[in-house]
Amino acid sequence: MGRYVIRRLLQMVPVFIGSTFLIFFMVYALGDPVAALFGDKAPDPATAARIRQELYLDEPLWKQYGHYMGQILSGNFGTAFNGQPVTELMADAFPVTLRLTLVAILFEIVFGITLGVLSGLRRGRSADTTVLLLTLIVVSVPTFVSGYVLQYLFGVKWGIVSPSVSPEAPFDELMLPGIVLALTSLAYVTRLSRTSIAENSRADYVRTAVAKGLPRRRVVTRHLLRNSLIPVVTFIGTDIGALMGGAIVTERIFNIHGVGFQLYQGILRQNSPTVVGFVTILVIVFLLANLLVDLLYAVLDPRIRYA
Amino acid sequence: MHEAQEAAAAAVTLPDVPLLDVRDLHVEFRTRDGVAKAVNGVSYGVRAGETLAVLGESGSGKSVTAQAVMGILDSPPGHVTGGEVLFRGEDLLTMGGERRRRLRGAKLSMIFQDALSALNPVMSVGAQLAEMYSVHDGMTRKDSRAKAVQMMERVRIPAAKERAGDYPHQFSGGMRQRIMIAMALALEPDLVIADEPTTALDVTVQAQVMDLLAELQREYRMGLILITHDLGVVADVADRIAVMYAGRIVETAPVHALYAAPAHPYTAGLLGSIPRLDHKGKELHAIKGLPPSLTDIPAGCPFNPRCPRAQAICRTDRPPLFDVAPGRASACHFWKETLDDAG
Repeated sequence: MGRYVIRRLLQMVPVFIGSTFLIFFMVYALGDPVAALFGDKAPDPATAARIRQELYLDEPLWKQYGHYMGQILSGNFGTAFNGQPVTELMADAFPVTLRLTLVAILFEIVFGITLGVLSGLRRGRSADTTVLLLTLIVVSVPTFVSGYVLQYLFGVKWGIVSPSVSPEAPFDELMLPGIVLALTSLAYVTRLSRTSIAENSRADYVRTAVAKGLPRRRVVTRHLLRNSLIPVVTFIGTDIGALMGGAIVTERIFNIHGVGFQLYQGILRQNSPTVVGFVTILVIVFLLANLLVDLLYAVLDPRIRYA
Repeated sequence: MHEAQEAAAAAVTLPDVPLLDVRDLHVEFRTRDGVAKAVNGVSYGVRAGETLAVLGESGSGKSVTAQAVMGILDSPPGHVTGGEVLFRGEDLLTMGGERRRRLRGAKLSMIFQDALSALNPVMSVGAQLAEMYSVHDGMTRKDSRAKAVQMMERVRIPAAKERAGDYPHQFSGGMRQRIMIAMALALEPDLVIADEPTTALDVTVQAQVMDLLAELQREYRMGLILITHDLGVVADVADRIAVMYAGRIVETAPVHALYAAPAHPYTAGLLGSIPRLDHKGKELHAIKGLPPSLTDIPAGCPFNPRCPRAQAICRTDRPPLFDVAPGRASACHFWKETLDDAG
């Protein structure tokens, strides 16, 4: 197990370097940050050259990247062009998005798995068909539609929740955005667990468990669920990474000042240090989430652990 | 405890009642392509300490009968449509679900063919064994684990204590099947159904596993139903044989009588298709044709399209089980001729 972890950690290094370099290249090499800094006005050539030198922009790209990475590893993500350190933006944005992700993941786990298991055990009956149909509808409706509709219904028309989230973003205000963010994945989790349960309930070892005279409850929880949830756990794990960075639409709708919001602003204003900094962190989050999934997989399935 | 007393009472008052008495069992599978009649009026009995071999090709209904007895039929599409399964005089089919569950695994248990898929891949073998004791006998975790290790030693798994924490995929095929046997025998059941217990194993390992099963059966005086298509396995361990074809029993006989002289052309065909050393160089007689589709079983005797003896009557009249000798029956209109030819 220890060797497995080390191997997985080492594999993360090239992935990290490769993906961050790609982002760095796209943001810095394909645009002119200095021009962006001056907006519509053309910069004075002397000033522009000075800034370029200060920011190492006159050096070759790989050197720029190396310099940038060196800074990042010492905790310096640079300054956004408005003078605010990027780390400060992160300190504000990441906790908010983390809470939002947490809410969304909880919804996925609780409702997605429950619905999936129940419909999987009743495969082919009306409850199963209804759930399948519902998930199909949820998957087909884009987030900006479901987001605005739910916001209007719950926040404006019925006034059950606040339609927009305050800067502190407490958990209770994040419930509705969390549901909106979770909806699509929730539908996938439901379908995935349903299929997995339905398939595994025909497995030989389930029949053995029944033949052993175990109560149905134990057959389902100890034998069927444990085996069926392995792919579901994998999906939810990778979804953590996706939700952390992919909340741009939801965060815009509910005015949540999280990662998606900052990224959107950064891209819109060509604020390169913000974009590269945030994405670098997201790459790390994504890699860690995947590592977590692989470790969890090994814990859940002994056939992987000893491979 | 309660069941043990019941068993004792039953043994005293009803000495001649077999342990398991299957009477006129019918099972069908309702699928989109039609109704497959998998079992059509099977009757057989097993006494304590006796081994009954149920022989037949795939699709003959031998496994489905066993699943119906155990109550583990895939349902839907499988349905028991008639008959009785008397276990110590009590019908399993009409008994309450909870009572039947308590009998399963404890009083009648089953050994499956492919231990790798029949054991839970993500649960240690020790835990799967211990479950028998903790669920049925309410033993504590520690006690049930200790019993599990004892049982693993009982089926001669080396270093049982260390290996109890291992998972099924870490064992060899033979060792896995031993664990399967340990699980089925954990609570010293009265009846064990072994569904092709050695088919998935190497020949050398087959013999070891079969010997172990036979030894434990003698020791616990269990009734054993051995489902197989392997005539070689049967000869060594079985007391009686029931040969099945298209969901029916076509011949039942004591094992030596059947080997000496089969009373059904199908049995004769099966025996003729075994390669034998003393017949080296001679032609091997395979039964021509294929078993019938269970959605469309031929009229008359189901074996008639493949039978070398088939006459007009075989295509119109379904033969009942004729008494051939005490303890012997054959569902063939021409059982006498078959028997004479063989003798």
